[in-house]
Amino acid sequence: MSEPILTTVRLGKQFGALRAVFGVSLEFEPGVVHAIIGPNGAGKTTLINLLSGNLPPSDGSIHYRGQDITGLSPDRISQLGVGRSFQKTNIFPTFTCFENCWLAAQSRRPSSMRFFRPARRLVDVEARALNALETCGLGERRDTVAAEMSYGEQRQLEIGMMLATEPDLLLLDEPLAGMGSEEATQVIGLLRRLAEEHTLILIEHDMDAVFAIADLITVMVNGEVLKTGSVEQIRNSAEVQQAYLGVEEDEA
Amino acid sequence: MFRTSLTTNLILICLLVVLAALPPFLGIYYGNMVTRLMILGIFAMSLDLLIGFTGLVSFGHAAFFGLSGYILGIVMMDTETASIYWVLPACLGVTALASLVIGWFSVRTSGIYFIMITLAFAQMLFYFFNENTALGGSDGMFIFAKPTLAIGSWNPIDFEDHHTFYYVVLVSLILSYLGLRRLLNAPFGQVIQGIRTNEDRTRALGFATRRYKLVSFIIAGTLAGFAGFLEAMHTSIISPAHLGWHESGNVMMTVILGGIGTLHGPVLGAFAFGFLHDWLQDVTEHPTLYMGIFVIAVVLFLPRGIAGLPADIARWLRRKPPGDGGSPP
Ligand SMILES: Nc1ncnc2c1ncn2[C@@H]1O[C@H](COP(=O)(O)OP(=O)(O)OP(=O)(O)O)[C@@H](O)[C@H]1O
Ligand SMILES: [Mg+2]
Repeated sequence: MSEPILTTVRLGKQFGALRAVFGVSLEFEPGVVHAIIGPNGAGKTTLINLLSGNLPPSDGSIHYRGQDITGLSPDRISQLGVGRSFQKTNIFPTFTCFENCWLAAQSRRPSSMRFFRPARRLVDVEARALNALETCGLGERRDTVAAEMSYGEQRQLEIGMMLATEPDLLLLDEPLAGMGSEEATQVIGLLRRLAEEHTLILIEHDMDAVFAIADLITVMVNGEVLKTGSVEQIRNSAEVQQAYLGVEEDEA
Repeated sequence: MFRTSLTTNLILICLLVVLAALPPFLGIYYGNMVTRLMILGIFAMSLDLLIGFTGLVSFGHAAFFGLSGYILGIVMMDTETASIYWVLPACLGVTALASLVIGWFSVRTSGIYFIMITLAFAQMLFYFFNENTALGGSDGMFIFAKPTLAIGSWNPIDFEDHHTFYYVVLVSLILSYLGLRRLLNAPFGQVIQGIRTNEDRTRALGFATRRYKLVSFIIAGTLAGFAGFLEAMHTSIISPAHLGWHESGNVMMTVILGGIGTLHGPVLGAFAFGFLHDWLQDVTEHPTLYMGIFVIAVVLFLPRGIAGLPADIARWLRRKPPGDGGSPP
């Protein structure tokens, strides 16, 4: 087995009295699509926020390629090659698609403390931005202002921006949420292609998508890891059915 | 990306030609007034870099404007002549340092706290100079001599001459505008505009946003210092009022009036503000009251300020004639 690209050790996050994430120890293998599923409020987004540096953990540690990254800021973690997309669309609404991806691509320059030469002359940034736009399926929407696009397209842009930062590890928080079935099919295809060259940590409620893309699945309930296993193991686990599906039934 | 429309560019060039051709017709009073308004235009543009392009609402921006003037006053206190080649860098250097210190603390906060902390720092400077009797206390100080550009006996530009100084300020205004434009379209400008629009996302993309905000704060503060330097050169007086919250409020109003995040808007705002105030002083006893009504009207009916006026008019004209053939999509 290869060295894990990302490891968490007894990771925890407490909001007041609420243990949103508790004792999560996981290993993420390079090149693997590792899905994290669980009922609403299970702590999946909080876990991603810990991994991306958006929230400081209250407990435990995170290691990326053997380096302790616990408590690093989101920009530092991004610079190490960890990209993320947000569950709640998080883009630059007044920018065009191109400008959104541009800024993302520009972040890979050694420094943006450049005050005089026009940014648009940076051909490497332009190439990266256009490439990301093409890949996420918005090549035709290059000059459309992000706020004027459909919700599904904004979700695609969210992925495009992440790609423009050329990450190795992708943290995807419900990339399919709110998409029409056609858009979703397209994005599932995109995730599959991305999986060939990247490591993916994927949170998703759409089980068909998860079963189609994932190599490994971790089930979280109430902030804790219930079980990690292959698609088959999770699909057939009585424990998971009870905990996970049971909650779903309660809600219905 | 910071762009201006062709119409805007044409209007700006026309206004520039007018400004350049105006001095012979202005007389002393209006000549001085236009000079002052151009200086305030630079000052307001520097604040627009913070409010309009970085999303930092500073309520203590006059601190840098006034501080620079005080440095000029202090430097010129016991000397007849001084060379601008070191006086100007001294003024700008001290202002840059002050913006670094104030900014270092301020960018750690956001929203209302940022407003409060910048105001608090500016008030500290205000009281420092207000209580400092060596520097004239609340009366401030006269600046009896201006630094010169002279090298030996050769003096290419005489700052004492009103006409000449008018053009010095005009060129400063143009260079400040073009410099800021350049800055906004450079990689740095892309980042701060990202911060203004969505700071969280900008950080998630890998930018250490606090550092960019600090640098923006320093650039804006230093440019405000440059405006303050020109102002002190122009009026030959510097007083605590120059760095009080009143002055900070005025320049913020100028930016809002002119159009936040438009760069040229704040310059137009300075002129609108200045001429309106001048006119109101002649026709009423309560110019400030009517100024207030004017500001409220602009905020209500011109949400994008004076700079948004051409676009607003164009939209209004297009909508006006009903059934006039219309405009098919
Ligand atoms: N910033 C916060 N402050 C306080 N409580 C929070 C915060 N963020 C999340 N929580 C709480 O932590 C718990 C886990 O939330 P989280 O968003 O991680 O769940 P999730 O698994 O992503 O759910 P969903 O499937 O609905 O997205 C929830 O009870 C939520 O209310
Ligand atoms: Mg979530």
